[in-house]
Amino acid sequence: MKDERKIKENKETRRSFLKKTALATTFATMSACGSDTSWDEFFQKYFRTLSREEKNQIIKRLENKYSEKYGKKFSVSAKGPIDNTLFGYALDVSRCIGCRKCVYACVNENNQSRDPQIHWIRVLEMEKEKGIDFAHSNDQYNPELVPEEGHFYLPVACQQCDNPPCVKVCPVKATWKEKDGITVVDYNWCIGCRFCMAACPYGARHFNWGEPDIPEEKVNPKTHYYGNRPRNKGVVEKCTFCIQRVREGLYPSCVEICPVGARKFGNLLDPDSEIRYILKHKRVMILKEELNTQPKFYYFY
Amino acid sequence: MKKYSVKKHLLPLFVLFAFIFSGISYGDSLKKKGSNEISVPPPPFSEDIFPCTECHAEHDPNPERRVLEEMHDDIILKHDEKNRWCLDCHDLNNRDKLHLASGKLIDFKESYKLCGQCHGPKLREWKNGVHGKRTGRWNGAKKYLLCAHCHNPHSPEFKKMKPDPPPEDPMTGRKK
Repeated sequence: MKDERKIKENKETRRSFLKKTALATTFATMSACGSDTSWDEFFQKYFRTLSREEKNQIIKRLENKYSEKYGKKFSVSAKGPIDNTLFGYALDVSRCIGCRKCVYACVNENNQSRDPQIHWIRVLEMEKEKGIDFAHSNDQYNPELVPEEGHFYLPVACQQCDNPPCVKVCPVKATWKEKDGITVVDYNWCIGCRFCMAACPYGARHFNWGEPDIPEEKVNPKTHYYGNRPRNKGVVEKCTFCIQRVREGLYPSCVEICPVGARKFGNLLDPDSEIRYILKHKRVMILKEELNTQPKFYYFY
Repeated sequence: MKKYSVKKHLLPLFVLFAFIFSGISYGDSLKKKGSNEISVPPPPFSEDIFPCTECHAEHDPNPERRVLEEMHDDIILKHDEKNRWCLDCHDLNNRDKLHLASGKLIDFKESYKLCGQCHGPKLREWKNGVHGKRTGRWNGAKKYLLCAHCHNPHSPEFKKMKPDPPPEDPMTGRKK
């Protein structure tokens, strides 16, 4: 017995061989992942469960990384929800003229990739005679002037469902609904399986098929961890109601840009808010109500 | 013990004050206290046109309805033009003011009151933040625009515009 043990101590065993191989493979994979994936990033833990200090470390690392990459001073916020706040959005369908100003204001604010192109907002042109009819809608319209006779426009982005199907299907819990009602994605935890994209009935989630490309002069350096910070290739992203703005009390970018004032935003828990006035006094609908997703994005007229 | 009871009395008072002050800062800062005016950016005058009295002081007021030829001929009225003309909104005797149907003079920056005489429901919705554009803070100070910032009062229909480019085809990366 004693001799056998001695042999094990001295000789390379099957177990230690496997250990070393596994370690070597990990290194090989990491180096293959690209030079901008650091050790800390690769082994980053689940952000939600981290202490404030650990979060701050991660944020510092990201700020440095982005600042270096884009040659601008970046800020990455991890500001939590404001108490007694549940965000809701309303859009006046009768007023939208389909100018797509919101689409590009969103791209500029939220650092979507320009090439390959990602748009969080898609404006659907519909025929008045058919009503809301996704099968016959068109997002490629490009006439000289809008609005076109006999048509109306339905901008669609994330509906911030109260019962979000995308969250249920995520196998790694990289996406969830925050207390203020915003469904967010942790881009460092997303494995890019795209189950959430299949689950979303609104086509609101978008995948970074390529390395995102944002021109240095156009990048917005004021970011939020769950929002508009630059993403990597291979992760899913979506509208967050401009989490970096609304948690500071500002309106989302699309509200600020809309030239016809069709976009309304506010706190559903505040009975004096515009959004509550709209829900009380206007004709309001939600998209694909039958799916029980319970959107907090309302269309009214 | 005594000290404690004093504090106990003060606490509700303190809470009350805190409540009042937070209400002031949080509440709609648009409505000025004690007036029914709403703060808005300056009216969108054409360049060098205001004050109107700068030119009009030299002219005798002519109340007769007519087609303007010498001045303001660039204004095309498409706003119930069959029934209305300049002096239904602009005041004959005080050119720097508008007047309501009652004859009451109002400032250009209160022109929404004039518009609201016919467009009552729209005015109500504008005041409640449903009609028209609001920017600023969802939980604090907001900026309104006057009706005239988006609707030219002389031809108020919202002008058509060129749409920004459509999205690329996600499969090919090219436009369809």
